[in-house]
Amino acid sequence: MSITLYVPGDAGALALGADEVAAAIAKHAAKLKLDITLVRNGSRGLFWLEPLVEVVTAQGRVAYGPVTEADVPTLFAADFLHGGKHPLRLGDIAALPYLARQHRVTMRRVGVVDPRSLDDYLAHGGGKGLTLARSLPPADIVNLVTDSGLRGRGGAAFPTGIKWQTVLDQSAKQKYIVCNADEGDSGTVADRMLLEGDPFCVLEGMAIAALAVGASKGYIYVRSEYPHACIALNAALAAAGDWLGDFEIEVRMGAGAYVCGEETAMLESIEGKRGIVRNKPPLPAIAGLFGQPTVINNVITIASVPDILAQGAAFYCDLGVGSSRGTLPFQLAGNIKFGGLVEVPFGSTLRELLYDYGGGSRTGRPLRAVQVGGPLGAYLPESQFDTVLDYEAFAAIGAALGHGGIVAFDDTVDMAKQARYAMQFCAIESCGKCTPCRIGSTRGIEVIDRIRAGDQTQIPLLRSLCDTMTHGSMCAMGGMTPYPVLSALNHFVEDFSVVKAPLPQAGEGLG
Amino acid sequence: MNAILNTIFAKHRQQPGALLPILHDIQHELGYVPEEAVPLIARELNLSRAEVHGVITFYQHFRQTPPGKHLVRVCCAEACQANGSEALAAHAAKRLQGEDETLEPVYCLGLCSMGPAIQIDETELHARVTPQKFDALMHKLGEKA
Ligand SMILES: Cc1cc2nc3c(=O)[nH]c(=O)nc-3n(C[C@H](O)[C@H](O)[C@H](O)COP(=O)(O)O)c2cc1C
Ligand code: SF4
Ligand code: FES
Repeated sequence: MSITLYVPGDAGALALGADEVAAAIAKHAAKLKLDITLVRNGSRGLFWLEPLVEVVTAQGRVAYGPVTEADVPTLFAADFLHGGKHPLRLGDIAALPYLARQHRVTMRRVGVVDPRSLDDYLAHGGGKGLTLARSLPPADIVNLVTDSGLRGRGGAAFPTGIKWQTVLDQSAKQKYIVCNADEGDSGTVADRMLLEGDPFCVLEGMAIAALAVGASKGYIYVRSEYPHACIALNAALAAAGDWLGDFEIEVRMGAGAYVCGEETAMLESIEGKRGIVRNKPPLPAIAGLFGQPTVINNVITIASVPDILAQGAAFYCDLGVGSSRGTLPFQLAGNIKFGGLVEVPFGSTLRELLYDYGGGSRTGRPLRAVQVGGPLGAYLPESQFDTVLDYEAFAAIGAALGHGGIVAFDDTVDMAKQARYAMQFCAIESCGKCTPCRIGSTRGIEVIDRIRAGDQTQIPLLRSLCDTMTHGSMCAMGGMTPYPVLSALNHFVEDFSVVKAPLPQAGEGLG
Repeated sequence: MNAILNTIFAKHRQQPGALLPILHDIQHELGYVPEEAVPLIARELNLSRAEVHGVITFYQHFRQTPPGKHLVRVCCAEACQANGSEALAAHAAKRLQGEDETLEPVYCLGLCSMGPAIQIDETELHARVTPQKFDALMHKLGEKA
């Protein structure tokens, strides 16, 4: 009988040599005339263990990792195909504390199933939400989502049910579902992992949304930096056949513009235009894609829906704290020892994630600052590591959870430099529509340069510039760039008072 | 070029908002979007040349000149900065000086806990890239080319 092996095809695993490992395993098995089946699964999200190879044995799945091409002969020699002893043997991966302590809901199939197989998806609990949705009136589907307390996971945390209700209330022949898979925030990988590791879940969530609001066409807008996610989605669409009914989904590739993650810029981009942010109103829910009512939701938001239907609104709503219900897949990134995906209900603390899961910095030096929520998120000092992970607690300290990315820096970080980078990123990525963002960000770079050259009188100017950007920008690009800048200034002012040599731009000299 | 464009146009004729998919296909086939393609795209989609040009220049992904033998992108975003991407970027710029490779910054490749990360020729990814590892990768690329 054929022995089944899992070698992740996740982009993170590929970047660490998973294809070479898979090829070496196949070659070795052929040489030994062993009958094996290689499944390219997603990643379990324990990135320091990638490439993580799992073998299906009579005792269940046995994991080995991190496996390099060079380890393959010794694995065969240790009879790993039957779970044999080896220095890289980890046993049942799900029993590792890093995974066992998590509460995986949305990401629970990622790394477990074969992302190319609809049957495997259905065998692991997929599809039940869509089946139920087909038997419900649209308003009931919307109510379930409202009752679950689900809020948008793309950053703004807007209640999903209310958005859907608005679209349902419009009378229009054509409505659209747009899945935001632009995941531009540094430090975030959850969308990518889900798209690559459990693509059918996104398709199901979109199909449910379509039934809920009366839409017949959907788009998934994937950033061009994620070619593997596009391949996974297109393969899943091809395998889906008539499972999705008459609902049609098209995958669209972005083209390297961070601002196209902003929902209205994304609509412009799908329409074939420059990604310039639209004025609101009208809301996309009323006049969105091609002028029609449109639901736009983040990948994780959409992927949360099938389970909310299948397991009930209360199941989801019972998790979390305050008005942050359910779970959030946090992503531990940057200078962190055990980087990866940690899905837990809202309510734990940054410290737990950074130390209990993350194990502190990768360099072994003290953690000095963490940026939460991407390039528009605040930098938090150690004194704020006990902040509870929920939307309101973060808002209360002038920070944001965003898409759940947590980027750790050790004590070698220069926070004035990070503040400058935030302004630089805004200058590069601004859509150019409003002055505070377009011009303000460039002024911001200059002002920080003068501060770093020793001119402390420029600090009030930097604050007033941030004030103008916060209040005068049309969208969060210009409006939230002050978060990283001001948090750096407020918590790490000492980094702004040392005279330092002028900084090169990040990426300067590269093309 | 015209034959290639016509095939691409035909493929997208029924698609609303087809400009980005068309540009992606052209760049995929030709390596860049040549100036001569602009009036043809404009005519196909009933747009002005200025509109097409505006879209091409708005998106960092689209190139108007042929790339080098290989395209190397180094991640310069925060999570990779935390893991030393600046030193890698500086090293890469020096290492590839005068070589026929295109070097570009990219802002996140979704490999944020295993930086510094790079991408070669759009789909090949590498994580935890030290200057030494970078040189070895470039050496291998040179042999491939
Ligand atoms: C500059 C900018 C970039 C954004 N990037 C993303 C993104 O990459 N992914 C995402 O889901 N939302 C992003 N958003 C938020 C979207 O505008 C929008 O709120 C979200 O897609 C709505 O979906 P949700 O309610 O499910 O979160 C961005 C917003 C701004 C202002
Ligand atoms: S804040 Fe910046 S990105 Fe947003 S609309 Fe204004 S210029 Fe465009
Ligand atoms: S920040 Fe470099 S891969 Fe995400």
